[in-house]
Amino acid sequence: MDVSIRKVRKEFDRFPALRDVSLDIRSGELIALLGPSGSGKTTLLRLIAGLERPTAGAIYFGDEDASHKTVQERNVGFVFQHYALFRHMTVADNIGFGLKVRPGATRPTKTEIGRRASELLDLVQLSGLEKRYPAQLSGGQRQRVALARALAIEPKVLLLDEPFGALDAQVRRELRRWLREIHDATGHTTVFVTHDQEEALELADRVVVMSQGQIEQIGTADDIYDTPNSPFVYGFIGESSSLPVRIGNGELWIADRTIGLPAPDVADGDATLFFRPQDVELLDGCGGCIAGTVAATRRVAGTRRVELEIGGERQRVEIELPVGHPASQQSRVAFRPRRYRVFPARAA
Amino acid sequence: MALEATSALPDRSASANLSGVRKGRYISATTESPATKAVLIGTALIFLLLFLVLPLAAVFVEALRKGAGEFLASFGDPDTQAAIRLTLLVAVIAVPLNMVFGIAAAWAIAKFEFKGKAFLTTLIDLPFSVSPVISGLVYVLLFGAGSVLGPWLKSHGIEILFAVPGIVLATIFVTFPFVARELIPLMQDQGTGDEEAALSLGASGWQAFWYVTLPNIKWGLLYGVLLCNARAMGEFGAVSVVSGHIRGFTNTMPLHVEILYNEYNFVAAFAVSTLLAGLALVTLVLKSFLEYRYGDEIAASKKH
Repeated sequence: MDVSIRKVRKEFDRFPALRDVSLDIRSGELIALLGPSGSGKTTLLRLIAGLERPTAGAIYFGDEDASHKTVQERNVGFVFQHYALFRHMTVADNIGFGLKVRPGATRPTKTEIGRRASELLDLVQLSGLEKRYPAQLSGGQRQRVALARALAIEPKVLLLDEPFGALDAQVRRELRRWLREIHDATGHTTVFVTHDQEEALELADRVVVMSQGQIEQIGTADDIYDTPNSPFVYGFIGESSSLPVRIGNGELWIADRTIGLPAPDVADGDATLFFRPQDVELLDGCGGCIAGTVAATRRVAGTRRVELEIGGERQRVEIELPVGHPASQQSRVAFRPRRYRVFPARAA
Repeated sequence: MALEATSALPDRSASANLSGVRKGRYISATTESPATKAVLIGTALIFLLLFLVLPLAAVFVEALRKGAGEFLASFGDPDTQAAIRLTLLVAVIAVPLNMVFGIAAAWAIAKFEFKGKAFLTTLIDLPFSVSPVISGLVYVLLFGAGSVLGPWLKSHGIEILFAVPGIVLATIFVTFPFVARELIPLMQDQGTGDEEAALSLGASGWQAFWYVTLPNIKWGLLYGVLLCNARAMGEFGAVSVVSGHIRGFTNTMPLHVEILYNEYNFVAAFAVSTLLAGLALVTLVLKSFLEYRYGDEIAASKKH
């Protein structure tokens, strides 16, 4: 089921949580909504589910305007951040709930509901736990039950709010792979919210990066990581260093020197240079490069991170050096970013 | 990681040497000396004995002073039986109504945001803060002969004051907060997550309430109903004002005890009192059982 979000706006007490967001989700796609807290990602998810009403704009399920449909009519599977399992019901009753509350004509028989629950428990690899209560399950098991419960109603769209937020790192990684498998097996259009970029980049077909109620960038993991299109995305995804520069004659200048980097598409004036600490080449001499004194070094796994103080204003940037590099405190290092982007200063 | 471990080690051994061990004996930071303990426990016990256990014992002793025969005979009096019946009738009407009201009010306050919510919350507590006599007088002013409604009611043959409806109204007013006060913190604590889950699975509002909300609050609800019932049966002040004390018709048990006592019929007065005291004891036992068995779920709610 395609889902199309068209210029959706949501205000809480006049405070805009979402500002005119548009997004097209293709059928069968696995989409991550990624952003810091307060970026509006959960609000967007709840709007798709129908748990909130948009202040303006429309949400289409296929060709149908679903904006004014209730959550029951939309037939979405929603997995809540803290699972919201019904604690007084067994696992099987939890999973069968969505079928039990159907109106008489479409309600399966009791045995049929039980059979469906067992099937879904097999799917989420929890066979044999039908009679347990949620309190008797581990966090990861609860998460699986919550997903099975959402799948039981054969939803048009599967929505997950911070699905792995409350789990420890080991279980997280396991469930991540497992969710991808389930998605590929069932083919549901799936949207999940996360603030964990690693999770989003690894799991999703496309990642939607959000900030302050707006979508910053939509793209595959490669797009987002390799060609961030805004200072926010550069700063939020992966590691990045930034440096205030000046554009003149289509080149980058720091103070009164060019640094050998062309910037043909950016207008003259103040700007900010962004690059990844690992995307640099070290230079010996310095005719057109960035040079600085080492202010601090730290060892990060297989590499060494060095903080350099650049120029008279002692602007600090971080770059990565091979472990064997002889750079020590106060020594001078010259480098040039291999890949970089420049954003006009007002945008930064 | 290795660095952390080595730096943590000396810290831990140092703290083990210093904290809690004095003169070779372990002393907990929150423990008092034996003398202080004895004084505190003794004071509490003496107070309990003088003000709670003795009066309760006195009720039973007085009731049985002239033997079990006399004690049982006092329940044969038609007026006493009428008082017991009326008390039960009032409770049977007032408690379910307050249960419905309590759930509705707690639901509204815990699950929705609206203007005047703080005011409504305060209003629910009003019957607790107002003297029961005032609660009764309110109904006299509202429905009495000199009131606006009085003559109209009289011309239509509806009796409220000095009749069962008045007693029921006064009781409802006085016992109004028990269920709501019990449920509000509980429901606020539980939030709306479970209901949202039920709705997203296709349940109607009523189904969500019946299958999800009600089971979540059932022990808190039972607890509130228990307290509400105890108060409904034991209420004296408000009921006294509106009842008119008509023997065999508008006398509830507490009122009947007073009348018997004023007539120097001590055995009968205390015999009826034993029923009320017994109700209190049963309530306490049930309440303790609920707290013991479902303490976690009731913990969020306020104690009375």
